[in-house]
Amino acid sequence: MESPPAPKIRFEHVTYRYGDKVALRDVSLAIPARAITAVFGPAGGGKSTLLRLINRLNDLIEGVEMSGRVLLDGQDIYASGVDVAALRRRVGMVFALPLPLPGTVRQNVLYGPKLAGVRDPVRLDEILIRSLTQAALWEEVKDRLDDPAVALSGGQQQRLCIARSLALEPEVLLLDEPTSGLDPISTGKVEASLQELKKDYTIVIVPHSVQQAARVADYAAFFLMGELVEHRTGNEIFTTPRDQRTEDYVTGRFG
Amino acid sequence: MNRYLVQKLGFALLTVTALVVVLPILFLIGVIVVRGLGAISWEFLTAMPRNGMKEGGILPAIVGTVLLTLGTALAAIPVGVGGAIYLSEYARDTWLTRAIRLAIINLAGIPSVVYGLFGLGLFVLFLHLGTSIVAGSLTLAIMTLPTIISAAEEALRAVPTEFRTVSASLGGTRWQGIRHIVLPQALPGIITGIILGLLRAAGETAPILFTVAAFYLPRLPRSPLDETMALPYHLYVISTQVPGMPLDVQYGTALVLLVLVLSLNVVATMIRGYFRRRRQW
Repeated sequence: MESPPAPKIRFEHVTYRYGDKVALRDVSLAIPARAITAVFGPAGGGKSTLLRLINRLNDLIEGVEMSGRVLLDGQDIYASGVDVAALRRRVGMVFALPLPLPGTVRQNVLYGPKLAGVRDPVRLDEILIRSLTQAALWEEVKDRLDDPAVALSGGQQQRLCIARSLALEPEVLLLDEPTSGLDPISTGKVEASLQELKKDYTIVIVPHSVQQAARVADYAAFFLMGELVEHRTGNEIFTTPRDQRTEDYVTGRFG
Repeated sequence: MNRYLVQKLGFALLTVTALVVVLPILFLIGVIVVRGLGAISWEFLTAMPRNGMKEGGILPAIVGTVLLTLGTALAAIPVGVGGAIYLSEYARDTWLTRAIRLAIINLAGIPSVVYGLFGLGLFVLFLHLGTSIVAGSLTLAIMTLPTIISAAEEALRAVPTEFRTVSASLGGTRWQGIRHIVLPQALPGIITGIILGLLRAAGETAPILFTVAAFYLPRLPRSPLDETMALPYHLYVISTQVPGMPLDVQYGTALVLLVLVLSLNVVATMIRGYFRRRRQW
């Protein structure tokens, strides 16, 4: 096994509770930089929770309890004094359903940069073209930049959401079942753009199926009821799983 | 009995109840328009009252009502919308916010004359504002607040949570999400609530009775601390307090008040429609 690149994100003994319900149990995990890590497993395993801990989106929920540390480039992102808005600019997120904001294609892509204070129209145009190109959407929307975002097809909307995250030039891209609402062709386009993006970004994806995990993952982490069962390269975990539970799941015996 | 016959009877009954709701309104508007239209003239709308209000126009009352409504808007909109934003976007579910909500619901149920007495006590006497446009506007504003807050809070809550989450995930602060996404989307509902509240304020008599309204003041107010005439109170006065008042002047005044209030209503509907068409979700 080739030695993994330096970890970009590191979970250290993270336990996370929603009230009485334990979502993550003593999870320690190192996510390598510039690669796609798939976090997979049956529903309710804590995958989405894990993702939302990396950009502190779970801060919006009340009544939760967390122990352990989450490090980004070695920095504890839950330390006091961390600028959460700045953190979220470094860690972009794409949700299961395409959620365009009200407004045009252009407004959607430039929402983040404008909030971050980018005003120069030339710079904004550059960001617009670069992000849409990276998300493999530019050719399809270059003449529709000022159309309402909801006028795009579902697959285009989801790539728009990816472009919207990329507009902030994040270091990490979190994708929570990004293709669950898409047809196979759109899914293929999104997966292809991920293969390009991983050259520059650290990508953590909750795939919507084991097949997708196997297709896209350089590394894969199998979660079962809040526990990290196995974390290895995609090749290894899907061809020669070590843990019986992983094997049962990837071969379709449950899930 | 034949079940189709039952159904027909049922429909007939429901139609009658619906008509019962609509007919009085149509009748009321019809009578006021028919009997009041004769009194409407350029002079009636633009002149001072003369001869114990029996002649001349009702300009000071029109101006007074417009000023009071504007003053009410000025005071009630920032507080009401601000309060709604707090309750919908920031407040957690504590005993304090539950108490605030309960207070708002109860405020909406208080009779308007009680607001009038409260305004007299607080603004006119305690704060030494005297019987003035300021005191009247503030009294009307307090009466209007529950309507504005409830409508605005509901409109804010109707904006999908996901927009807030997306905004946060793109590095937006909570306020940026509210300012750029939530508020614009909630605006039609908020504006509707504001106008409904102002409609009520424009037509009320009791709250202005002790706080601003002048019985007979044939000149325009010179400052916010002036008294003024106002349409609802003027209507009350000429209908009950002045013997020998020509009927068409009474109906004419009622017509002007009605048109003023209904046109505000039409504006509200148009604004709501305009924003609905622009909404993109």
